[in-house]
Amino acid sequence: MSKLTATPGQTVGPFYGYALPYDKDRELLAPGSPGSIRLQGTVYDGAGHPIPDAILEIWQPDAEGDIVRRTGSLVRDAYTFTGFGRSAVGNTGVYTFTTVNPGPTEPGAAAFISVAVFARGLMNRLFTRIYLPENEEALAKDPLLSSLDPERRKTLIARRDADGGLTWDIRLQGEGETVFLDFEGTGTEGASQ
Amino acid sequence: MPEDVNLATYNADALTEDLSDAVPAESGTAPQAVPAEAPRVETQQDLSAEIKALGDAYARALKDGAPKETQPRLDFAPYRSSILRHPTKSLHHADPETIELHSPAFGHQDVHALEADLTIQHNGEPQGERIIVAGRVLDGDGRPVAGQLVEIWQANSSGRYIHKRDQHPAPLDPNFTGVGRCITGPDGSYRFTTIKPGAYPWKNHLNAWRPAHIHFSLFGTEFTQRIVTQMYFPGDQLFPLDPIYQSIVDQDARDRLVASYDHDLTEPEWALGYNWDIVLTGCKRTWTENEALGAEGDDHE
Repeated sequence: MSKLTATPGQTVGPFYGYALPYDKDRELLAPGSPGSIRLQGTVYDGAGHPIPDAILEIWQPDAEGDIVRRTGSLVRDAYTFTGFGRSAVGNTGVYTFTTVNPGPTEPGAAAFISVAVFARGLMNRLFTRIYLPENEEALAKDPLLSSLDPERRKTLIARRDADGGLTWDIRLQGEGETVFLDFEGTGTEGASQ
Repeated sequence: MPEDVNLATYNADALTEDLSDAVPAESGTAPQAVPAEAPRVETQQDLSAEIKALGDAYARALKDGAPKETQPRLDFAPYRSSILRHPTKSLHHADPETIELHSPAFGHQDVHALEADLTIQHNGEPQGERIIVAGRVLDGDGRPVAGQLVEIWQANSSGRYIHKRDQHPAPLDPNFTGVGRCITGPDGSYRFTTIKPGAYPWKNHLNAWRPAHIHFSLFGTEFTQRIVTQMYFPGDQLFPLDPIYQSIVDQDARDRLVASYDHDLTEPEWALGYNWDIVLTGCKRTWTENEALGAEGDDHE
């Protein structure tokens, strides 16, 4: 039990565009470098329209499943994989990252990328995960995925593209609503009425 | 940083606080039904009534033993843009695992010390009231969050953002960009020198004005602690009118976003000081001895 009460979050608002993006923010690896893949998708609202003012962050282990603790995410040296990236969506709601397939952090575990979602109109950030579609045995054993019904579970698993990349869309509301996570277990975080 | 404000990003963004996506799906979702025949401009009075109804309902729930809320409601219709952008299913409880129990590391490769002074980014002095905003970043157990990234952005003293789609007819300031960063010290401390931002109008409803605020983006020692929020100034008359501030329905929780005027931080003949401490959620991971000493990042050599 925490001793102090956390400061509330607030929406990222509409004007983060000159503040949060930075040079090569979405390039965890240089595009085209060995082992690099494209991770991309679209962020949708409850009417099924793409949202043009969302910004995503990913945080992931490297291809071997090691959790990297290296600085240099904001000023990339083109060699160091830091595991962190940030991508504002464009006018059509599409985000893009260049990264690697994350390795499993433990033998036999399902590999996933951790995601934080921010948007104008979204009162607080949302956490979710992107799982790789391969290794069904590991996915079947995953504690989070196995606590979800099949329809909801699908929202956390990326599609493998023909070029080896990953596609994963976010639906903030409505049909196919993405599973968003509560790590606090208090039931009060982001309570919906 | 101002010299390298990324103009490509600046010009490409199509962000605006317009109403195109903010029409309530059905009038029944709002406490006051909107007449169907004529499109009616929503006034502050309409919004204030909605905000009050939600606040009153929360007060009744508290009286009936409901837990105090500590975070904003994701579903808060008075902020019209949230109507189609909040999940309708409850957040799914998950035990954080592996990568989520760690955080990206930032250090002096990432952030230059001068980025904490927003008043020296151009050739001249920005207009407005120079202020110092300082405090500490703590985790839920009261431990300092050392060597971590703090990012801020804000409007200028006239209430104008440098963003292209901010069309508020107030002057841009050629000597103020409104973006800063720093890395917290070993005691979790941060400190920015900036200009007090102005209030600014937005289009949530007729005559909607945001209280003056500074956007803050924070990382903890675990990715689960990641937060983006806004810091406000004490005594702002716009607090009761603002759907974003009021999306936190609990007064004690709202108060946590308001800085205190701190005369000890004020510097003679120079700048007024405001203190604001930020508390992240608790850590879920068992710490190693090094981490407990604050050894993440490169801030402690």
